[in-house]
Amino acid sequence: MPLASYALGMMDASVYAPEVFARGLPSTLQPSAVGVVPAGSIATAAAPLLSLQGIGLSFGGVVALADIDLSVNPGEIRAIIGPNGAGKSSLINVISGVYRADRGHVLLDGIRYGQVPTQRLAHLGVARTFQNLALFKGLSVLDNVASGLAYKVRSNFAGQVLGIGRSRGEQRDSLSRADQILEFLDLTTVRDRLAGTLPYGLQKRVELARALVAEPRLLLLDEPMAGMTAGEKSEMAGFVRAARDRFATTVVLIEHDVGVVMGLSDRIAVLDYGRKIADATPDEVRNDQRVIDAYLGVASDNEDGAGI
Amino acid sequence: MTAITSNFSAAPVLPKWMASVLLLAFAYGVVPLIGSSYLFEAILLPFLALGLAGVGLNILTGYAGQVSLGSAAFMAAGAFAAYNLNLRVEGLPLIGSIFLAGIVAAAIGIVFGLPSLRLKGFYLAVSTLAAQFFVQWALTKFSWFSNESASGVIDAPRLSIGGLALDGAVGRYLFALTIVSILTFLAYRLVSSQTGRNFIAIRDNETAARIIGIPVLKTKLLAFAISSFIIGVAGVIWAFAYLRTVEPAGFDLDRSFQILFIIIIGGLASIRGAFFGAALIVVFPLGLSRLGGFLLGDVFDSGVLDMSQRIVLGALIILFLILEPDGLVALWDRIRRRLLFAWQST
Ligand SMILES: Nc1ncnc2c1ncn2[C@@H]1O[C@H](COP(=O)(O)OP(=O)(O)O)[C@@H](O)[C@H]1O
Ligand SMILES: [Mg+2]
Repeated sequence: MPLASYALGMMDASVYAPEVFARGLPSTLQPSAVGVVPAGSIATAAAPLLSLQGIGLSFGGVVALADIDLSVNPGEIRAIIGPNGAGKSSLINVISGVYRADRGHVLLDGIRYGQVPTQRLAHLGVARTFQNLALFKGLSVLDNVASGLAYKVRSNFAGQVLGIGRSRGEQRDSLSRADQILEFLDLTTVRDRLAGTLPYGLQKRVELARALVAEPRLLLLDEPMAGMTAGEKSEMAGFVRAARDRFATTVVLIEHDVGVVMGLSDRIAVLDYGRKIADATPDEVRNDQRVIDAYLGVASDNEDGAGI
Repeated sequence: MTAITSNFSAAPVLPKWMASVLLLAFAYGVVPLIGSSYLFEAILLPFLALGLAGVGLNILTGYAGQVSLGSAAFMAAGAFAAYNLNLRVEGLPLIGSIFLAGIVAAAIGIVFGLPSLRLKGFYLAVSTLAAQFFVQWALTKFSWFSNESASGVIDAPRLSIGGLALDGAVGRYLFALTIVSILTFLAYRLVSSQTGRNFIAIRDNETAARIIGIPVLKTKLLAFAISSFIIGVAGVIWAFAYLRTVEPAGFDLDRSFQILFIIIIGGLASIRGAFFGAALIVVFPLGLSRLGGFLLGDVFDSGVLDMSQRIVLGALIILFLILEPDGLVALWDRIRRRLLFAWQST
């Protein structure tokens, strides 16, 4: 009974953390303190785009993240791996301001936040995808992707209805940029389909397109290849790499398929029970005894992206 | 889970605007010549008013996903605001009163939309009942709103636009048709604009909408404002063009439900759907009473009619929810496509 459940608002109470959204998040949290913006281009090149310092987060008695430090350099593909429930999604949620960390802070581009302001995320040059699909089912693929540029729109509804002022230019601009991204990700053939009617793998790709259209400086991907066939996975890996190369985007990637991760990422952080147990290059991680014990040794039990 | 579709399916025969133009030409050029006064008074005027109210509610509920049970309150606000503006503001043309009445309804809509920033679905629906009860109470309690008339009854002013008197049945029909056509056209433009896409985004996934930078709170309140504006103007048409004499009790919770049923039966997130649903809701009791009178004779009095109406309507809504959740509009599109296919393959 799609309509009835929809009408009562139960269809997608939230992608994750319904309890957080039922309470509502403070939407205008100011950065707790303004850090030192590095001066000089040499310093900028060396400074991490994103760093987490001493992040701690728990839900009731469950410790999701314990004292996590992480730094992500501009232009790198930074993977986060770990068994199901290790805290990977929680980490992405902290970076994107969906969760507020109990301890520690997030430094984005030299600015320090207790909680990253979700509503301003796009303006800060951060885009993300979700572990569970979070497309707008009732919009076409093109409109879904164009909505990734909604944060820039400055015309008001009256201008848009009457087709006056800057609304026309904005509309043309966002549709043509959405079309470019669709072509880049080989989605042009499904351009006018309703997003909700696409097969799972394509929906995942449309979500990547929606995040990419804003040409973010930092792209957070939460299991973009979960539930895909091997062929789809390598295709998706190709798209992630191409996106980094084309838009100079820094990527934080959560992925379960170790083979894919090893080939794709520059550095890998390994989480286990909310702790970071390794942080190194793929080769080093592959040979790390703790990682082998905690993760690589056991078969992955999360092939379909179960859990949060 | 079926996605709630928008009006994007292309018309296979005529471009969409052409079908609308033909329909309008018929409504303006032919209907006034052939229609009886019964057709205008009992069918077309309530159809236009309720159809417009359905368009307004669909913007809020069908597109933006915010359930409301307060539609009749916004109709009442529009009707009584227009009445008072017309009565008390010297020299304000009728059309100005109607526009400002829409603004008043929009302002009330924003106030009662504030809970939507915290509440969702069922809880939001219940909180919009506050608007329903408060507005009806205020209009009955303070006789100023009805110019000190007994029991809050107001009489419509004479209708005229630019000196052209529109008091006859045909005149009131043309008056309503013009306002409804203009607002419906603007509503079409709205739902296919970036703002309309933001509405759908918030409906389909509020978290993702927030993350990509859609101003969620502002957009929800905007949906309440625009929706209430349109429903408020529908209330003016209901009071001034259709009934001519109304009281607050005419805008009760039943009316709110009626408008909700219109968009459910017609099709959520469809502008056309509102008119499909309104047509059914208006014509259906008339047909039922004819049929009942024919089959049962005198036994079928107004009490029986009322009861059988509720039963059949209730059953109809359940059937639609189960069998055709996208409403009459989806049914219509399917039939049309099939006919076209049959026609092409001959
Ligand atoms: N919103 C939440 N409410 C309660 N517990 C949560 C919530 N989000 C995550 N958790 C818990 O935190 C731990 C880490 O979860 P998560 O970050 O989703 O792990 P991963 O993405 O690595 O599978 C799990 O024990 C999970 O149950
Ligand atoms: Mg996860």
